[in-house]
Amino acid sequence: MLSVLIGKVARGVSRIRGGGGSAFPGLVVEKLDKNFLARTLKRLPRGVIVVSGTNGKTTTTKMVVELLEGQGLKVFTNRSGSNFTRGVVASILGEVNLTGRLDADIAVLELDEAHAVHFVKAVRPNYSLLLNVMRDQLDRFGEIDTTAALLRTIAQHTADGVTLNREDARVRAIADSLEGQEVSFFGLSEQLRSHFPSDDDLHRGAANQATDLPEAGVVLEELTEGGGTYRIGGEQVSTQLTVNGAYNTFNSAAALAVVRQALGESVDQVALIDALSRVSPAFGRGESLEVNGQPLDLVLVKNPSGFRLGLSSFSAEGVSTMIAINDNYADGRDMSWLWDVSFESLRAQGVKRVTGVRAYDMALRLKYDAVPFDAVEPDLKKALDEFIAAEPERPKRVFCTYTAMLALRKHLSEYTEVEAFA
Amino acid sequence: MSAQNSAAQNPDAGGQSGDRQVHILQLYPRDMNIYGDFGNALVVQRRLEWLGYEPVMHTYDPGDEFPKQVDIVIGGGGQDSGQDKIHADLLQQGERLRSMVEDEVPMLMICGLYQLFGHCFETREGQRIEGIGAIDVTTRGTDSRLIGNVVARSEEFGEIIGYENHSGQTYLGSGVLPLGTVIKGEGNNEQDDHEGARYKNVVGSYLHGSMLPKNPAVADFLISNALQRRFGEELSAETVAERIDDTLTDQARTTAVKRPR
Ligand SMILES: [Zn+2]
Repeated sequence: MLSVLIGKVARGVSRIRGGGGSAFPGLVVEKLDKNFLARTLKRLPRGVIVVSGTNGKTTTTKMVVELLEGQGLKVFTNRSGSNFTRGVVASILGEVNLTGRLDADIAVLELDEAHAVHFVKAVRPNYSLLLNVMRDQLDRFGEIDTTAALLRTIAQHTADGVTLNREDARVRAIADSLEGQEVSFFGLSEQLRSHFPSDDDLHRGAANQATDLPEAGVVLEELTEGGGTYRIGGEQVSTQLTVNGAYNTFNSAAALAVVRQALGESVDQVALIDALSRVSPAFGRGESLEVNGQPLDLVLVKNPSGFRLGLSSFSAEGVSTMIAINDNYADGRDMSWLWDVSFESLRAQGVKRVTGVRAYDMALRLKYDAVPFDAVEPDLKKALDEFIAAEPERPKRVFCTYTAMLALRKHLSEYTEVEAFA
Repeated sequence: MSAQNSAAQNPDAGGQSGDRQVHILQLYPRDMNIYGDFGNALVVQRRLEWLGYEPVMHTYDPGDEFPKQVDIVIGGGGQDSGQDKIHADLLQQGERLRSMVEDEVPMLMICGLYQLFGHCFETREGQRIEGIGAIDVTTRGTDSRLIGNVVARSEEFGEIIGYENHSGQTYLGSGVLPLGTVIKGEGNNEQDDHEGARYKNVVGSYLHGSMLPKNPAVADFLISNALQRRFGEELSAETVAERIDDTLTDQARTTAVKRPR
C-alpha cells in the first residue's frame, strides 16, 4: 500500500505548511492510484451513502451521520467540508491504517452536485439522498434543469436505494428514470406545503400544485415550537430539535428517510429520534450565539427560497434585524434573487442595519418593499458594532450570505465564544 | 404571485373610476420569471404610485384571457423548459403583440422573451424555434454561456447596469438599434459590442438583476410613454426628481460598476 503511505506523508506536509486543507494530499494519491477510493470504500460492510442537492446538504449529512452513530455504527464522513472527490480521498487518508483499511461500518459523503457525477462513476454508492434543486446554483451551471440532470446521474449510478424529496418537482421526477433501485420519498403534509414555497410555486400559487404525489415514507406533519411532528412509516412521532428553522426540520425528514432505507428493518426507532433531537447545526449553517446576554442568531440565506423560509420561520417581533449581503464567488455574483423575495414581513419592525458589499442593492430592495431601515453601512465590522450597540436589550437576528457570515463570525469572536472554523 | 403582489388587483376596471389608472401587464410570469423579473414590475408599480398614479397589475399566462387595457408590458427570461411551455401560446398572441408594438405600447423584454420577440431562435442542433417577429433580431444557440456583470453605455439612458446569463446569442437586423454599447461583459453576442435592442417603444435586453431597479431611466421611459399615450401627459425630469429620491439607486449603481465580471 505504497499509495497510502505517500498520501499520509503528503497530508502531513500540507498540514505543516499551514494549508490545513485537503485537496493536495488527495491529488497525490489520486494520481498514484486511481482505484484507491473505490477499493477502500468498497470494503465497508454497510457501503456508502451519498448526500447531494443544492441546499442544506452539510447539515443533512451531519444528521445522517449522527443518526447512524445513534444506531451503534461507526461512520466515516468527509468532515473537512471539502466536498469533492479529492477532498474525500484526503479525509480517508486521515483515517485509514497503513494497510489501507478504513475503520468504519458505513460512509456518508456530502458531494457537490457537479463533482458528485465524477465521484459516482468511480465509486458506486449503495444509497443516495437527493435533497433539492434551487436556483442559487444558476450562475454556476446556467440552468436549474442542468443541475437536476446531474442529480439524476447520481441516482442512476446508485446501486441499492435512492431517497428523493417528494416536494421538489425536479427531484421527484428522477424516480421515473430509475430501474431496479428501491425508491423512497420524504415529504411535507398538505398543511405544511404552503410554508415551503418552491421557486416554481411562487409564481404558480397553491392551485397549480401537483395533486398525485407518491406516498412518502417520512412526512414532516407539523412544525412545533422548537421541533416537529413526523409520520414515520405509519407512526406519528413528535420531538424537540437542537437545529432551528423550518428548513432544518424538513431536512431531518430527509435524514430519517435515507437511514430507514439504508438500515431497513433493523432500525431502532427510539434511538433514531433520540439522536435526531440532539443533532446540532453544521458549522456556519445558522447558529445561535449569545452577545451581551442577548441571543444573536445568524441565519444563512443564499437563494430566494432560503430567504423566504428564513423570514417566515422566525417572527420579526421584538427582535433587532440586520441584513448582510455579499456577492463574492461563493455567494453568487447575481443579485437578481433579492427581487424574488418579499420583505414585507419586516415592514412593521424595520431593519437596523443593512451591510455587506451589496448593502445598497439590499437597501434599494427594502425601499421598493416600503420596509424602513435605520442605516446602510457596507463595512461588515462597523455595521456589526453599531448593530450590537444600538439596542443592547433586544435579541438580534442577522440574515447573511455565506461569505458575510464567515466575516461576521470572525468579528463576533471579539464579543463571544465562536466555534473555530475546522 | 399572490405572496408578492399586494398591489391594486383590479383587472379590467376599464374606464370607470380610473382616471389615474395605468395598467401593467407581466407577460408569462409563471414560466418566464427566473431572474427576479418581478422586480421590474414592482419598480414600475412603485414609481407610478410615487408619481401620483394608480398602477393596476395584471399577469398573463398561457390560456388566460388577455386584459383589455394594457399600458406597459413586461416580460422576463425562462429556462428552456419554461420557453417550451409558453411557446405555442406566444405564437397565438403574436399578431396582437406585434400590433401593440407598432402601436407604440412601451415594453420591456428581458432575455428569453427578448429572444422570442425576434424572428427566431436557431438551436445548436439546427432546429428553428419561431419567434413572433415583433422586433428585427435573430438568435442562435451556442456552446458558450455568457455570465456575469455587465455595464453598457446608451445615448438614450446613460450607463446601463445589470447581469447577464444566456447561451443564446442575438444579432440585430437593420430595423432596430442597439440598446447600448457594452463596456464590461458581452451583451447580445460575442461578436459585436451591442447590448439589447430598441424599436418603437420596446426595450429588449439580456440584463437582469433586476434591470429596472438599477436603471430607473429605463423605467421612467416606459412610464413616460405610457402616460403620453394614455393621458397625453408629459413626464418631466423635474417631476421625477421632485417626487422620487434615487439616492440609494445611485449608490447601488456605484457599487455595481466596480464589481468583478
Ligand atoms: Zn437567458
